[in-house]
Amino acid sequence: MSGWQQHLIIAPIVIPLVAGALLLFFDERERVLKAMISVVSCLALAAVAISLFRLANNGSDGFEGVYLLGNWPAPFGIVLVVDRLSALMLVLASILAIPTLVFALARWHTAGAHFHSLFQFLLMGLNGAFLTGDLFNLFVFFEVMLAASYGLLMHGSGSMRVKAGMHYIAVNLAAALCFLIGVSAIYGSAGTLNMADLAVRIGEIEGERRMLLEAGAGILGIVFLIKAGMWPLNFWLPGAYSAATAPVAGIFAIMSKVGIYVILRLSLLVFGQGDSAGLGLNVLLYGGMATIAFGTIGVLASQALGRLASYSVLVSSGTLLAVLGLNNGTVTSGALFYMVSSTLTIAAFFLLIELVERGQDAGASVLAVTMEAYGDADEEDEEVEVGVTMPGTIAVLGICFAACGILLSGLPPLSGFVAKFAMLSGMIGTGANSEAPIAASAWWIVALLILSGLAALISMTRAGIRTFWASMEGTVPRVLVMEMAPVMLLIALTLALTIKAGPAMGYMEETIRNLQQPAAYIDAVINARRAGVAEPSGPDGGGGL
Amino acid sequence: MELVLSLGIGIMTGSGVWLILRPRTYQVIIGLSLLSYAVNLFIFAVGGVKSNAAPLLEEGVDISTMTDPVPHALVLTAIVIGFATTALFLVVLLAARGLTGTDHVDGREQPK
Repeated sequence: MSGWQQHLIIAPIVIPLVAGALLLFFDERERVLKAMISVVSCLALAAVAISLFRLANNGSDGFEGVYLLGNWPAPFGIVLVVDRLSALMLVLASILAIPTLVFALARWHTAGAHFHSLFQFLLMGLNGAFLTGDLFNLFVFFEVMLAASYGLLMHGSGSMRVKAGMHYIAVNLAAALCFLIGVSAIYGSAGTLNMADLAVRIGEIEGERRMLLEAGAGILGIVFLIKAGMWPLNFWLPGAYSAATAPVAGIFAIMSKVGIYVILRLSLLVFGQGDSAGLGLNVLLYGGMATIAFGTIGVLASQALGRLASYSVLVSSGTLLAVLGLNNGTVTSGALFYMVSSTLTIAAFFLLIELVERGQDAGASVLAVTMEAYGDADEEDEEVEVGVTMPGTIAVLGICFAACGILLSGLPPLSGFVAKFAMLSGMIGTGANSEAPIAASAWWIVALLILSGLAALISMTRAGIRTFWASMEGTVPRVLVMEMAPVMLLIALTLALTIKAGPAMGYMEETIRNLQQPAAYIDAVINARRAGVAEPSGPDGGGGL
Repeated sequence: MELVLSLGIGIMTGSGVWLILRPRTYQVIIGLSLLSYAVNLFIFAVGGVKSNAAPLLEEGVDISTMTDPVPHALVLTAIVIGFATTALFLVVLLAARGLTGTDHVDGREQPK
């Protein structure tokens, strides 16, 4: 990787930053222009993410690049690192951004001020969190992401959203303070904030300082578990996600995965080996299982579709956390596949719910808020509607709803099934280590996974019957092609993931293999060559550049 | 000095935690502010408490007499971010007060 390609690494942060700042210069009335800038930025982001993904995939050891900001050498300056895992997350985020943005363009982006800027800043925070190789910089990008998400959550206003937003902000501010405590405890004990340097130094830390380090890591872990929504840290999540407008909830589907990404990264890089190996794995395992159980009960008990989707986010998080807690390479690669599949599914489902509920007059309180926001948007919106009202709307909505149900419950033929199958076969099937007996916790996870699928199936069927078959009084919702297409695109992506399951699983397995051998990552970061500086270190000084 | 600093951090954290568990939004925001002061002091403290020490490297000066500059940089960032997010929370708090007519965190008074 050389020349201009090297700067691709920082592009996922710079593109949304510039686009978001540029959008601030234009008045809200220049909707078309703002929408154009936003779409162009998202498309550019997707192109960059995909090219980084291809580079990471073709790299010999899966290691693509280290970007030294300000050309400072690694442990002192801030680094951005692209490896298979971060490339995967970048692609997932940018691919998810396009359908949600297009959906928002149909009408939602006019429901409040600065939607596009906040959307771009959210993407910037997400991409930065995936790319950074430094704990404090991770905090900064987390805050960028969260600050944008506060605004987006309350987009469209209404007392319901403001109330949910207030709880969400209070929880996240407290979490941010915990983040700082954790980071500074780690700095106080290890003397570094660079993740790779931390992985090197952790072996040398003894006694009380190690205790402080582990305490710091534990506090940091709590922050990521709050974001991921582990029980009992997740009571804010259903309220916030179901109150958000549909496109916002769609992009929030990836936000709960940021916590899981960081946990996966740090647990394998820093706490993969040595004396502190496996720190907190039991918390992940049992907490994850409790989360699946909590989410499953929530899914069964949900009346409103928005809450059903929010609890599905919890089930998905719980599954990932429990599986990470098992710390079994084969199963974890299945979990990565599940993460991609479930993020796309949940985003599609959040978008779909809004379209489905549009047809129902009487409804949950969530709906009342939606209507309220519509009242404002509708009048001025008429002239910019570009699509036509689709014929057979209900049929298309119903098919998409069924596809979401199949994906959420993990039935064949879509990718939800492949993902669950990969995890289950890693735990108990041919993928499992045949000599060792299967642990009791693995059986528990298997049972919970299958039960949560059953619960999803039951509640999706119930909701589907109520919405599509039983509702005589409901009018046919007016749905634009522009709103239907993103949902169909997301479902088509899961279909593509199913067809290409072989190569995709191969990539996931390779990703986990790289993560389990952090030496290459550490070496690349520590020995990253500075641009324009002759390194005296000789042949082994070759970093990622 | 260590004692004063740790007592200060402890008292502010304790008060902050108590306040964010209270039902009024104003109490919550004051609690969060107190907590963030405590955290900022804590970040200072992890660099080692020294007074009258410069954070500058000089030839021939013993490194143990200098203060660690990194926590200073961290605390500046933390202050800026904490200030901005607290201000944002204040706006939301006022919006919630206007929309719900009460300053209870749940947007309605507890049933008597």
